[in-house]
Amino acid sequence: MHLASVDYAIIVIYFAFVLGIGFWLRRHMKTSEDFFLSGRSIPGWITGLAFMSANLGALEVMGMAANSAKYGMVINHFYWLGAIPAMCFVGVFMMPFYYGSKARSVPEYLRLRYDEKTRTLNALSFAVMTLLVSGIDLYAMAILFERLLHWPFGASVIASAVVVMAYILLGGLTSSIYNEVLQFFLIVFGFLPMVILGLKAVGGFAGLDSALDRIATHGGFPAGYYDHTWANIWHAGDNALGVNWVGLVLGLGFVLSFGYWCTDFLVVQRALAAKDMAAAQRTPLIATIPKMFFPALVILPGLVAIAYPDVSKMLGDPPNYNYALPAMLARLYPSGLLGIGMTALLASFMSGMAGNVTAFNTVWTYDIYQTHINPRKHDSHYLWMGRMATVVAVVVGVVTAFIVLKFNNLMDYLQLLFSFFNAPLFATFLLGMFWKRTTGHGAFCGLLAGILSAVGHYSLYHFGFIHYSSAMGANFYQAMFAWTTCFVVTILVTFFTAPRKEEELVGLVYSMTARLQTAHLPWYDRPGIIAAGVLGLCAILNLIFW
Amino acid sequence: MSAMGSLDIRWPIGFIFTIYGIILLTYGAASSQGIVVVNNDSLNVDLMWGGAFLIFGLFMGGLAIKASRRSNP
Repeated sequence: MHLASVDYAIIVIYFAFVLGIGFWLRRHMKTSEDFFLSGRSIPGWITGLAFMSANLGALEVMGMAANSAKYGMVINHFYWLGAIPAMCFVGVFMMPFYYGSKARSVPEYLRLRYDEKTRTLNALSFAVMTLLVSGIDLYAMAILFERLLHWPFGASVIASAVVVMAYILLGGLTSSIYNEVLQFFLIVFGFLPMVILGLKAVGGFAGLDSALDRIATHGGFPAGYYDHTWANIWHAGDNALGVNWVGLVLGLGFVLSFGYWCTDFLVVQRALAAKDMAAAQRTPLIATIPKMFFPALVILPGLVAIAYPDVSKMLGDPPNYNYALPAMLARLYPSGLLGIGMTALLASFMSGMAGNVTAFNTVWTYDIYQTHINPRKHDSHYLWMGRMATVVAVVVGVVTAFIVLKFNNLMDYLQLLFSFFNAPLFATFLLGMFWKRTTGHGAFCGLLAGILSAVGHYSLYHFGFIHYSSAMGANFYQAMFAWTTCFVVTILVTFFTAPRKEEELVGLVYSMTARLQTAHLPWYDRPGIIAAGVLGLCAILNLIFW
Repeated sequence: MSAMGSLDIRWPIGFIFTIYGIILLTYGAASSQGIVVVNNDSLNVDLMWGGAFLIFGLFMGGLAIKASRRSNP
């Protein structure tokens, strides 16, 4: 791949813009709430796009294209089963508690609902997980530039990290959210021509279908192996993911999906920045619309990459599917548009990392530093600490990028981390929000037991005592195991410990909180109706691409 | 004033898309480097997509102007 001067100019303009936004916002970062929560002032459509875009990092863009090139259309499950239902659930049922309780972070909600020790356990596990994840985007960006443009790996990591650090230091969460929205439009406009040109190259949908069938039969698989979402998941041996429908529906569709979208502060933080409760509830619901159609921008190009000989031969032998998206850009984009495509990739990587950094600095400052290390300081001190935490998170992210070098499948790495931390946490939230009897001791013991059971399960799998068809299958079952352990232990300990007074749970538990009145709103503003429409549309997409 | 109140996100989006649109249109019109061949068809995608960028950039800018007039009548 060769970049012309015009491509470099386009990339430089983007860097100048993100830094310019940071400088513009700098003078408004006066309090810690401005820095960490955008002063709770942002309209729903912006937080909605940011809610989705915070998740649009390297794994989502380059990784999903790679996965679809390798596994086929079954990867749609990461969107239609593994995201949309959970996003609707958090918008309709959980956001009233998050936003209504005025918690500044997910761990802080746990303090309000349970106690300090449960909050601290969650804050520490989230901080560790976020730092381990933050290097993935830097790694992906550096490896891309190293292989395609022959830029040095270390220099690419450090240059990108410096830009991300600069705009977060300047504009805090607002800067991050603004860039996430900008990145969303860049990705849509930057990748759409690739989809159109790619489909034209393989002869449209019919041509793609027959090419994929040819590739499947040539590889010893039945026709239709690559171009179905549900048809091949009844037995683990029928699909390359190595997962059957039980693991998929319960592991991905329930535990991992709800664990991520409903409890991960990286995404929930965007909704907490909304200007009011209605905007906060709409945040994940608005995000479902682009999320639902995002497979067209990443999964379709992955399929075209293996069906279009000009591109598939660029993947090498044996193929390295991580290059599916860059190879599509290199083959189908001329100079000019290539700069736009590379900028869209860059934007997604930087935005993915910025999301992790802003979530980390908030949890560190509010839930660990202010609570346990240095309480009762002036607000300006915590604003300063947030900036220091940003620097530390970026430096650790650079180190993590070099750790990630040792893993050969990034999606396995990410889902493994989620199965340790997010999966049991969802049980803690589910019981806390919908069963008023749940106690703080129960929640703490359950969460700890869930995390430890996941570690134990991973050890048994890693050392060969238990076997699965694939690492991804192991992650799905591990998540179910951790969730169930947390759920059962929390209930058992709860029965042996004293519950809190009911009046202390108002606004924190479903049965103790007045329902939000939406009858006066037009139908298109009612969260329940929006969610029902979204789920119906999602079901139709599943049937079309069955 | 909140940070959001100070900068309507539609301004930077409109601005950067307009700039990119003008760059792609100019490059596509002035150079043969903006052409890609797919299925034996030569397509000047820089010219075509530059137009789309420009239209979207102006649209977002228009929305930002409309919003600022509404808040400062």
